Amino acid sequence: MDIIFLLIPIAIILAGCAIWGFFWCVNNGQYDDLESPAHSILFEDDEDLIPDDAKVAESDKND
Amino acid sequence: MTASSTVQEQDDNCYHCGLSVPKGSDYQTIINGKSRSMCCPGCLAVAQTIVDSGLDNYYKHRTDNAQAPEIRSEKLSDALLLELSLYDDDSVKQDFVRHTDEGDEATLVIEGITCAACVWLLENHISGISGVSKANVNLTNHRARITWNSDVTPLSDLLAQIYRIGYQAHPYTPDKEEQLLELEKKRATRRLGVAGIGMMQTMMLAVALYGGALQGIENQYVTFIRWASMVIATPVVLYSAKPFIIAAIRDIKTRHLTMDVPVSIAIYGAYFASVWATLTNSGEVYFDSVTMFSFFLLVGRYLEMIARHRTGRAGNALLNLLPASAVKMIDGNEQLIPAKELNTGDVVLIKPGHTIPADGIIISGSSSVDESALTGEYLPIRKECEDKVVGGTINVENPIQIRITEVGSETQLSAIVRLLERAQEEKPQAAQLADKVASYFVAAVLLTACGVGFGWWIVEPAHAFWITLSVLVVTCPCALSLATPTALTAATGTLRQNGLLITRGHVLESLANATHVIFDKTGTLTEGNLSLQEVIPLSSLDQDHCIQIAAALEKHSEHPIARAFHEQSADKSAIDIQAELGQGLQGKIDGTQFRIGKPEYAAKISSAKAPPLPQVSGQWLLLCSESGPLAWFRLNDQIRREAAEAISSLQNLGLKCEMLTGDNSSAVAEVASKLGISDCVSGVSPAEKLEYVNKLQAQGAQIIMVGDGINDIPVLAGAQTSIAMGTATDLAKTNADGVLVQHDLLRLVDGVLLARKTKSVIRQNLGWSLCYNLLALPLAAFGFIAPYMAALGMSASSLVVVGNAMRLNRIPKNKPAAKPTNTASTDLNTDSVV
Repeated sequence: MDIIFLLIPIAIILAGCAIWGFFWCVNNGQYDDLESPAHSILFEDDEDLIPDDAKVAESDKND
Repeated sequence: MTASSTVQEQDDNCYHCGLSVPKGSDYQTIINGKSRSMCCPGCLAVAQTIVDSGLDNYYKHRTDNAQAPEIRSEKLSDALLLELSLYDDDSVKQDFVRHTDEGDEATLVIEGITCAACVWLLENHISGISGVSKANVNLTNHRARITWNSDVTPLSDLLAQIYRIGYQAHPYTPDKEEQLLELEKKRATRRLGVAGIGMMQTMMLAVALYGGALQGIENQYVTFIRWASMVIATPVVLYSAKPFIIAAIRDIKTRHLTMDVPVSIAIYGAYFASVWATLTNSGEVYFDSVTMFSFFLLVGRYLEMIARHRTGRAGNALLNLLPASAVKMIDGNEQLIPAKELNTGDVVLIKPGHTIPADGIIISGSSSVDESALTGEYLPIRKECEDKVVGGTINVENPIQIRITEVGSETQLSAIVRLLERAQEEKPQAAQLADKVASYFVAAVLLTACGVGFGWWIVEPAHAFWITLSVLVVTCPCALSLATPTALTAATGTLRQNGLLITRGHVLESLANATHVIFDKTGTLTEGNLSLQEVIPLSSLDQDHCIQIAAALEKHSEHPIARAFHEQSADKSAIDIQAELGQGLQGKIDGTQFRIGKPEYAAKISSAKAPPLPQVSGQWLLLCSESGPLAWFRLNDQIRREAAEAISSLQNLGLKCEMLTGDNSSAVAEVASKLGISDCVSGVSPAEKLEYVNKLQAQGAQIIMVGDGINDIPVLAGAQTSIAMGTATDLAKTNADGVLVQHDLLRLVDGVLLARKTKSVIRQNLGWSLCYNLLALPLAAFGFIAPYMAALGMSASSLVVVGNAMRLNRIPKNKPAAKPTNTASTDLNTDSVV
């Protein structure tokens, strides 16, 4: 059980890193907009990345 | 799922903005492989720009139609470009452009954002402009942060590009208050994060300690885990929970006990006792309870703060009423300058449709001025030479030149804002039930703790300290202090989904206690604009024909009267339009001369005399042709469809409804009688409105004020509860306690009902948590409670409180009104026209 003397301090250091990261996010405005990122993941602006044979025929979509 | 199905595009509606496409027009472009029609060259230009920059995916993703763009043609007008170029001026730019290592950085407020796809479109379009290195658009507060190289692309080009895709951009210069709000929000988020991470860590260690207490654990591990818990709990208590102790110290200084006092005693008492126990290796530690308690409370405060900030987003609410630029006359030459560089004595030219930049006196020309922003009066007022005009009002008809008499803080607009600030300071505080309970509670707990401590000190001094502490922890008002915030948060969320946005914490309590509801008239009980109510044909020409002629004539005017006709489709087109100031319009349709306007003016076109005015009150217009009078049109401000039902429901709930308006016309009595309002005060100034409300309050009335205009702001600030309509000016909305988002007055009835239910839920919650504390107190006092039992009890009682609050997620059913409501009678005759 002596391992906890090592693990708990490591856990505390990791928690400290998490808080530092969180502060960085807040100060950088990462939490300013909580709405649009949820939508932006659904926007398909990756048409060029889809291989030609996997593309759905134009007439099948948009309707 | 693609969003393409969410916007219904019909062939006869504009593909871009959703307005109907006029017959015979041909504005088409190819979007995503299909030809789409638009309603106007502006929409076409915007859509073309979007397609040309390869961003046509916008149309697939959007969930809402775009706003009709400001621009009217493919090219931006010269006037707009000239105005935008003002922003390239260094003295103007320094206010909102920062120089960073990566280039210049500016924050802009963007108008016209309707959904997340707008954000995508804007970000992609702006990023594509040469010189731009970073573009970030915030959907919540509609602000764009752009980093770019101003040597490559001047700021005016960036702004013009935003106009080109159908949005309007203004520089965002936050005032001091907004910067403070921003800071407050970031600080609260950081505090919440620290408390959350700390709570999870200490809880994990606490499980080991509790398990050890049951199963046996070596002493060295206990000591180590306690030290670790202390290290983690310290930032939570000293950083995250700091607002509580600061508020508590302030409360004690002002001798006004609130919930913050027992909360601070519990957090800091338990923390320092636990630190003592850790250092001396004795007693019990309560780090887990302390961190959990802090986290829960911070979540409640955070949600409350978010709701409060939600309305104040457009920024510079007051300045938005004033134009950014003005045309200054220097030696007879026009020169466009930034409005804030105007001085007293300057001569300024104001074109029709432009906003007057500061208070002044007309020195040449005469026109009518739309003062609705200040007075709520929707009809423009005639202004002649030597008449005073007020900054923030809109010149409607003719160009005028004014000499500036007042700028900046001396203007009438600023005076209203000062009145508002004073009213806010003097606003009666709604007594909060929880705070009242808290003050008794604190006294009782402290007295009991002293008594218990003293008793044990006599009986067994070794245990006295720890048992006293466990009394303090067990009676820790966790459930008690959650009782109110959870209920308020649940109710606020429910109301928000139903279209009533609550921005201050006290609103639900004061809504429940209200005795009077006072409405403004124009824009609140009525729609706030003129609409066509009735047509009386005077010749053989039928009604539809007359409306078409009138619409064709009025199409060319932006006067509020003319706008009432704009919704009518005008298939005919009129030429040779002449406007006579304050009288009416003349024009030629299919070779015949027509006049519409004041009876005397219109009748002059023919030899016939003006027919007698009909006996119904309202704004009457006469349409005449060369051969004689054709029709009477009655325009009036229409009463909101739901107003009568809302008022009778409110009256059934026992509230007294009154009307307080700046309007002095006969329309006041008419509206009042149609809505069943017996008390109404008319023709009062903003200051008198506030005075009237203060007088009622002095008699003990609890007032809900509902209004919308700048002129209502002081009284909104002065009433216990103020509700602004969704269409209200930004300044009114930011200063109101609540906003009726969809301007539906029935939501106010829901609000009152839910507020009353909230009040009873809060009472139950307080009752329950007091019961729990009273039960636990004697057990703790006799030393029966182990720390894990205290933690369990605390969590259980908190869960009961939270569960009870969840009942507020539904709006209570409105009991059927006793009196039959008669909504149909409110807009007589309209059906025959529209």
